[in-house]
Amino acid sequence: MLSKRIIPCLDVRDGKLTKGIKFKGNVDIGDPVEAAREYYEQGADEIVFYDITASADGRDIMIDVVRRVAQTIFIPFSVGGGIRNLEDMRRVILAGAEKVSVNSTAVTDPKIITQGAQAFGSQCIVLGMDVKKVEMSGKIPSGYEIVINGGRKYMGIDALWWAKEAENLGAGEICLNSIDADGTQNGYELNLTALISENVNIPVIASGGAGKPEHLAEVLTEGKADAALIASMVHYRTYTIAGIKKYLNEHQIKTRLYW
Amino acid sequence: MARALQNIGETYMVTDDIKKLDNASHVIFPGVGAAGEAMAYLRRKKLDSWLTDWIKTGKPLMGICLGTQIIFDYSEENETKCIGLVRGLTKRFPDDLNIACRKLKIPHMGWNSVTLHRDHPVFSDISKDAEFYFVHSYYPAPADNSLVLGVTDYGITFCSVLATKNLVAMQFHPEKSGRPGLQILRNFCRWRGNA
Repeated sequence: MLSKRIIPCLDVRDGKLTKGIKFKGNVDIGDPVEAAREYYEQGADEIVFYDITASADGRDIMIDVVRRVAQTIFIPFSVGGGIRNLEDMRRVILAGAEKVSVNSTAVTDPKIITQGAQAFGSQCIVLGMDVKKVEMSGKIPSGYEIVINGGRKYMGIDALWWAKEAENLGAGEICLNSIDADGTQNGYELNLTALISENVNIPVIASGGAGKPEHLAEVLTEGKADAALIASMVHYRTYTIAGIKKYLNEHQIKTRLYW
Repeated sequence: MARALQNIGETYMVTDDIKKLDNASHVIFPGVGAAGEAMAYLRRKKLDSWLTDWIKTGKPLMGICLGTQIIFDYSEENETKCIGLVRGLTKRFPDDLNIACRKLKIPHMGWNSVTLHRDHPVFSDISKDAEFYFVHSYYPAPADNSLVLGVTDYGITFCSVLATKNLVAMQFHPEKSGRPGLQILRNFCRWRGNA
């Protein structure tokens, strides 16, 4: 049976991790390639890089990071942040990333999803969605609205509608981030995750709010997620990926335990 | 794939030129994309007939993902006539796959296990607990069941690895399956094709 995936997320700016991760012996490292190696060895099923670089020079540095990561780890990884057109996608995929994720650009220019799927296959195209809970309305019937620019700009688009639309346009997977839960470490937004996951036929990665293994157990059962994104809880070595997976397997949630 | 071969210290060349391919000791036939387009490309490059000749030499051939799917006679994807190295076809997962009343998503994407039916040199030193990375909406269905080397469960039990003579072909991606995947590539490169 298919295993649930545990996916650490690394934020990168100008080729360096924005928050260092604690390495063996509590040494803080800032090199994304070394961090990827560490998580690969710890049993990560996949790795997500989120590039928050603004400058063009920084982008070239990121491509070099992607290339080095691809020589170091032999599991799938995706790169998101700042993917604005087909050429950006091509550069990242040629450098060795398995998938690219599009977020704000897909909202303002949805055809990038279709173009990407046609050029590289749907399995390469991840739709990143940032979502905020709002009052239910005629315009936002699910009560969840799409936001962009790190949660600052409300788009007047219903999250459930957008998820289905993106699937139709050719997205192969959805990375669903709850802006409300993000950074709280109080658990994922279970209602939102289940709502989206039950209404699309592509895998959904839950993101935002993970603080302890119980949260992953909830989102992978009640929340119906296919995979769970984690950050701080492993970056600060509060938990290890192996420990989280062991916990999940003890709670009848199948994960990959041998690597 | 190139980076994985580099990592395990093998000499490799990525090419679609049949003149260069003639000099190889081993051939890996990977692929992502759709069957229709892939077959059109192979025919244009005369690689379909080249592969038919290669398999007769007795030298090792490894199919991966789409490369495995199009070695059969036919693929349901784009209703494509394929290379025909192996009798059988490539089928689409049914739309109504369920486990415990829960609808399964297509593509089958992520890590899953493979239950081997017999030993094979390419799968030596692979733990039965190892899992492999899959991403596909179609699966191989060989006509001759004795070719099935391993099976995987995803709502249905399908053939995830097949082997006959100097051919070994798998649905998952060894180059994305961590250490066990690299071990399979290493084993393949040492194999002489005389399983």
